[in-house]
Amino acid sequence: MRSVDLIIIGGGPAGLAAAISAYESGCRDLLILEREETLGGILKQCIHNGFGLHTFHEELTGPEYAQRYIDKVLQYQIPYQCDTMVIEVTPDRRVTAVSRANGLQQFQAKAVILAMGCRERPRGALAIPGWRCSGIYTAGTAQRFVNLEGILPGKRVVILGSGDIGLIMARRMTFVGAKVLACVELMPYSSGLKRNIVQCLDDYNIPLLFNHTVVDIKGRERLEGVTVAEVDPKTHRPIAGTERDYDCDTLLLSVGLIPENELSRMAGVRLSPATKGAVVDENLETSVPGVFSCGNVLHVHDLVDYVSEEAGQAGKNAAAFLRGEQKETGRTIPVVDGFGVSGAVPQKIHVGGADEAVNVMFRPRGVYRNAKIVVSAGDRELYSRKARILTPGEMVNLKLRPEQLRRIGEAAELAVKVEAS
Amino acid sequence: MQKRLVYNLMVDVIVIGGGAVGCATARNLSRFRLKTVLLEKASDICEGQSKANTAIVHGGYDAKPGTQKAKYNVLGNRMFQKVCSELDVPLKWNTSLVVTFSEDGIEKLEQLREQGRQNGVPKLSIIGRDELFRREPNLSREACAALLVETGGIVCPYEFTIANAENAAENGVRFCRNAEVRKVSRDETGFWTVESAAGTFTARAVVNCAGLYSDRINNMVSEEKFHILPRRGEYYIIDKRYADTFHASIFQLPTKMGKGILVTPTVDGTILIGPTAEDIDDRDDTRTTPAGLAKSLKFGSRTWEHIPLRDVITTFSGIRAHCDKNDFILGEAPDAPLFFNAGGVESPGLTSSPAIGEFLAGLVADRLHAEPNPNFQPVRHAIPKFREMDAAQREKAIASNPDYAKVVCRCETVTEAEIREAIRRPVGARTIDGIKRRTRAGMGRCQAGFCTPRTVQILSEELHISPLEVTKFGGNSKLLQSYLFTKGEDDHAQR
Repeated sequence: MRSVDLIIIGGGPAGLAAAISAYESGCRDLLILEREETLGGILKQCIHNGFGLHTFHEELTGPEYAQRYIDKVLQYQIPYQCDTMVIEVTPDRRVTAVSRANGLQQFQAKAVILAMGCRERPRGALAIPGWRCSGIYTAGTAQRFVNLEGILPGKRVVILGSGDIGLIMARRMTFVGAKVLACVELMPYSSGLKRNIVQCLDDYNIPLLFNHTVVDIKGRERLEGVTVAEVDPKTHRPIAGTERDYDCDTLLLSVGLIPENELSRMAGVRLSPATKGAVVDENLETSVPGVFSCGNVLHVHDLVDYVSEEAGQAGKNAAAFLRGEQKETGRTIPVVDGFGVSGAVPQKIHVGGADEAVNVMFRPRGVYRNAKIVVSAGDRELYSRKARILTPGEMVNLKLRPEQLRRIGEAAELAVKVEAS
Repeated sequence: MQKRLVYNLMVDVIVIGGGAVGCATARNLSRFRLKTVLLEKASDICEGQSKANTAIVHGGYDAKPGTQKAKYNVLGNRMFQKVCSELDVPLKWNTSLVVTFSEDGIEKLEQLREQGRQNGVPKLSIIGRDELFRREPNLSREACAALLVETGGIVCPYEFTIANAENAAENGVRFCRNAEVRKVSRDETGFWTVESAAGTFTARAVVNCAGLYSDRINNMVSEEKFHILPRRGEYYIIDKRYADTFHASIFQLPTKMGKGILVTPTVDGTILIGPTAEDIDDRDDTRTTPAGLAKSLKFGSRTWEHIPLRDVITTFSGIRAHCDKNDFILGEAPDAPLFFNAGGVESPGLTSSPAIGEFLAGLVADRLHAEPNPNFQPVRHAIPKFREMDAAQREKAIASNPDYAKVVCRCETVTEAEIREAIRRPVGARTIDGIKRRTRAGMGRCQAGFCTPRTVQILSEELHISPLEVTKFGGNSKLLQSYLFTKGEDDHAQR
C-alpha cells in the first residue's frame, strides 16, 4: 500500500482545479486518478464555446478551457494516472484503484478530494411508456458519439428536457445535418441557461414546448416516433386530446443530472437529499474528516467556471487540512433552504473566528421576477440582494463576508431564502 | 457485413425456441448421443418471456393439483439447486411469502397451503403478524398474516437460460439464431423438415419450445390444436440501494389472472415490482403503458408503502404464453410422431424448465433409442465477475488478463474482460442487450449512458463489423446512423 498525502478522484474540471490549488497551497505529495484515457473529463466532448467567461474573461471551448488547467498540472508536474478507475474508498481514506498499467493499487491517503462529476438521468428513471427500441440516448451520450467518435446517432430528433446538454445538442445535431423537430420541457421553464435557449434553439427555429412531455415511444426495433402531449402545469399529468405525433428516429434526453456519489457512499460520506451530493461545511469537507467534495459530484453546477472556483477552494482547504491547520473550531450551524431555495451548499458552517468569506450556492426552486435573495440568522438579516429574475437554470452564488458572518451570534441556523414580489 | 450462414443440415433433433425451456431441453438432449440443433428466431437466445419475468423459483403451492404446472413446478424446484450449482448460476433460497391484508384472507392462505400440500410442496406454514414483521420489518403495516413458502427462491433468469445454452453448446448442441421457423413438415419416410430464416434442417425429431409461438408451431403439424392468449405484465425495477428492504419474495393473494403483483428482491440486489396481467392481441407487444405501470405501483405499494420513485432504474414488460388449455402441454403430439411439445409454458415455466427439459429429452432419447453421451460434461463456469472478487482475486484476474483492470460499466462494475468473454463464449453475445444480459453492463443506474460507446466499440472489434452495424437486439435496432467523416478500410478494421 502506497501512502499519499492527497488523492484527487477525477481528472475533470473539478479535479484539475482542486489539484492545482492544493499544489499552489503547498501540497507536494498528491495524485490525480482519472478513469478515462486523458484528463479533462466531460469538457473533452463539449466542443462548443462559452466556457471561461468568468474565470478568463474570454470565451473558450470545453477542450480549450480544460487545456489551461491541464497545462498547469503539467507545468507543476502534478502526478496523475489516467485509465485508472477507483473502485473503493474507505472511511479511513484507503483508496483502491485498478488500471491496465498498474493493476490493482491501494493507497493510504491523508486527505481525499471527491471530484467524480455527475451522470445523466436515463429513460428508465422516467418510466416513459412505450417500446424499448434503439435510438434513445441521453444527450451526453449522443454528444460523445458525435463529437468524439464522429458518428451521427440519427437524423430526425426530438429532445426531451431542456437541460443545457440537450440545448447544446439541439444545435450540434442541426450542424451535423440532423433535423431537430422540437425540444419538449415538462416544466413551465427551462432548467438550462437563457443564453443556450437563444443560441441553440431560437437561432435555429427549434420550437421549445413548455408544459409538454413525451407520453409514448414508438418503434419495435429502431425508434420510429414519439407522442408528445401537453401536461397540466400543476399535476404534470398529460392532458387528453393534446397528443401530437412526431416522426423521429432519435430521442435525446436532457432531464437532469445526478451527482455520482457511489464512492462517497462507500467512504461513509453523508449525502444531502436536496443536492444528492455530500453534506459539506464551508471548507467543502464532508462528514468524513479529511474527505472533501467539489464540482458536479457535490452539486450540479450551471457553469464550469463555478466548478473550478469551488474546486480551488476544496484544494486549498485540503492542503490546509494536511498542514494540520484547524481553521474552524467553533460550533457549527446548519444552512437551511428557505422559500424558493433548493439545495444550498454548504449545508453547515462553523461560527466564530471566521476570517474568510463563505460562498453559498443554490438553485432557485422556480422562476421569480424582481425578487430578493436574503440570508438571515434568527431575526437578523445578514445579507440581501435584489435579483431581476431568478430561474432554476441559473445558480445563485453569493459571498458572505467575515463581518456579515460575525453577526450570526448565537443563532441556531442560517436561513437562505427568496423573497418574491 | 457479418456473414450469415445458410444451413442445409441433417440432424437427430431440432429444438425450436431458445428460451429457458428450449435451452434446458437442449442441455438435457446433449446428455445423449444425439446431434441436436436449436433454432431461435431472435438475434439472441433468451429474448422472449425468459428475459422478462419475475425471476422467482416458485414453491409450487399456486397451481391446481393434478396439473402439469403443479407437477413440473415441484419437480423443477427440487432440481434447481443442483442445476444452478452445475451451471454456476446465482440462486438464493430467500423464501416466498403470500401476504394477506385482511383477516378474511387467512382462510384463503389456508386453502393455498392445502393446495401446496396436495402438490407435494414441503415446509409450508402460516405465520402471524409478529413473525411476519420480524422477517420483513419494512412490509406495510396493513399486512396481517402470510403463507411462508420455505422452498421459494430467486434466480437470474437470463444467466440461467444462457448457462443452459452454453453448457448445451459445449456438449455439442448447435445454436442458430436469427432462424425464425416458417414451415414444419414430415415427409413419407418419417423425417421432419424445418424451414427457417437460417436455412432448412432435416431431423428425426422436433421439440417445440417456441413459447409465445408454441401454438403456431404445433398447429402446423398437429390437429390437437391449442392457442396462446398472450398476457402482458408490466414491472418496475428499483435501485439496488434498497437491496436489504425485503428478504422474501412477497406475493399478495392470487387472482384469476395470476399470482398478482409482488415485490421481490433479485439476486442482483435490485427490487422488482410487478407484474400486471393484461390480455393482449399482439404477442410481441412488449410496450409499457401508463395504465399498466400505474397499476403495478398501486398494487405494489400495498406491500411496500413508500416505493422510492426517485430510485426507479427502469420499467419493462413481459408477455406470458398463457394457453387456452390453461396448462402446460408437454409430450409427443398424439397425431405427429416424434414431434414433441412444450406448449403454453408460462409461469411457473422458469421453475419448471429443468424438469420439463429432463422429461422431454428423456422422451426423445427413448423414442430415438439414443445412447447416453459418455462425454457429457455437466459443469459450466460463469464469466468471473470482477464485482464479486476480493482484492487478491482481482489482482490475480488482472495479472492474467489486463482487461480486468478496465471498468466499462461503472454502475455495475463490469470490466472489458467480462464483456469480451461474453462475446467469445459459445452462443456468445452479438448485441448490446446480449452483453447486458450476460454481464449486467448497462443494467445499472445510468442505464448504459456511459458504457454504450465503449460496448459498441468492443462489439465492433470482436465481431469485425462496423459500429454502424451494431444493434441493440438485432434486426433494425441499430444504434448509429452514419459517420460524419469518411472512413477507409483500415479505420473500420481498427474500430
